[in-house]
Amino acid sequence: MSAWLTIDRLGLTEGGTRIIDDVSLALGAQRTVVLGPNGAGKSTLLRLIHGLLHPSGGALRWAQPLSQAMVFQRPVMLRTTALANVVYGLKLKGYKANECARRAQESLARVGLEHLARRPARLLSGGEQQRVALARVWALEPELLILDEPTASLDPASSREVERIIGEIATNGTRILMTTHNLGQARRLAEEIVFIDRGRIAEQTPVTEFFNQPQTAAAQDFLQEEMP
Amino acid sequence: MTEFNDAFLTAWQLLAVSDARLSAIVGLSLRVSLVATLVACVVGMPIGALLAVGRFPGRRVLIVLFNGLMGLPPVVVGLLVYLLLSRAGPLGQFGLLFSPEAMIIAQAVLVTPIVAALTRQVVADEWTEYREQLRSLGASRSRAAATLLWDGRFSLSTAALAGFGRAIAEVGAVMIVGGNIDGVTRVMTTTIALETSKGDLPLALALGFILISVVLAINAVAYAVRGWAERRWG
Repeated sequence: MSAWLTIDRLGLTEGGTRIIDDVSLALGAQRTVVLGPNGAGKSTLLRLIHGLLHPSGGALRWAQPLSQAMVFQRPVMLRTTALANVVYGLKLKGYKANECARRAQESLARVGLEHLARRPARLLSGGEQQRVALARVWALEPELLILDEPTASLDPASSREVERIIGEIATNGTRILMTTHNLGQARRLAEEIVFIDRGRIAEQTPVTEFFNQPQTAAAQDFLQEEMP
Repeated sequence: MTEFNDAFLTAWQLLAVSDARLSAIVGLSLRVSLVATLVACVVGMPIGALLAVGRFPGRRVLIVLFNGLMGLPPVVVGLLVYLLLSRAGPLGQFGLLFSPEAMIIAQAVLVTPIVAALTRQVVADEWTEYREQLRSLGASRSRAAATLLWDGRFSLSTAALAGFGRAIAEVGAVMIVGGNIDGVTRVMTTTIALETSKGDLPLALALGFILISVVLAINAVAYAVRGWAERRWG
């Protein structure tokens, strides 16, 4: 398994606090879930990888440039229809108008929302909005999809639906890098777990190994607290 | 007191028969201020949006400047535009002074900073919410500005409205560059000022009623539109 991204001594300091502290990591799995306590730096690490934040030190080395997309905890919907929200992402990537419409329709159908295509996106439920956000990135067919706690503010049913969609996107060959607070979800979706604690990588282990015998005390504590 | 009552009575009569002189004045007022507001929106809204999302040297200075210019005294704007348009001025060759066009220019200058500053506030609030998503999708800053302007269109109607309210109610700028010429550049506010000083209260009062009604009506419509938009688009 060769790494598609090698992270070399990455650091981010803000206001004197080291949020990401000298992180070195090789990501090679197709589905990686980043776990860790609140404030460990999970979201920050994803934002650094996606390029939304600039590191104060270190470097990201891509084996080859990957087209990326990101889904956030709270979906951001424009004041227009669900369909137009999906079209917007495609337009920014330079697709022609008729191609945009076709791809957007397809993508909405894949997340099971074709019947809501013409509805104002902001009036959809939280779960539906997150599915529109997934349709928006899926339409772009990214090589790497980053998701920051995509189900954190959703009810269990919507959460399962979002999980199903992420699984399907992965099946189509997109690399998945995500954080979650839902350990069941991590176990179902991940091949590999990266456990991060206070801005540092504590361990990086295949998923079954992580849940059966975590290597570090920090991870053991975390699992015990999260799964009593 | 009877003089006061008579004035009210005559004012109502003028309104009731929709007096020709009165309608001409009201029509010109609305035309000048609406066009000026339109120009101010076309110029001021992109400026406001770029001030909100842009990153360029002098941005902070410009923000302070536009916020400050919101309180620009109309007479000063009138004076500056007068100097520009007067025969000896740089734009004197167009012969615009004492015309409705000159009044539009003056009000547009007066209102543009108001529209720009209010737009900046609306777009800056949206930008904090949308920023990461738009950048993630690969939107350039100017593209993001355009997206946020469209997305905030209902909130921005308030900015346009504030601009129009300022334009229709000001007297100093239009008085100086328009000259308050009967039948040519006489608008509601300048007429009220003139007729009051002449002692012709009925016409002044009738115009006062209309001015207040116009401002109230436009605010009511804007309120209704915003409510509808919120229910429609969230």
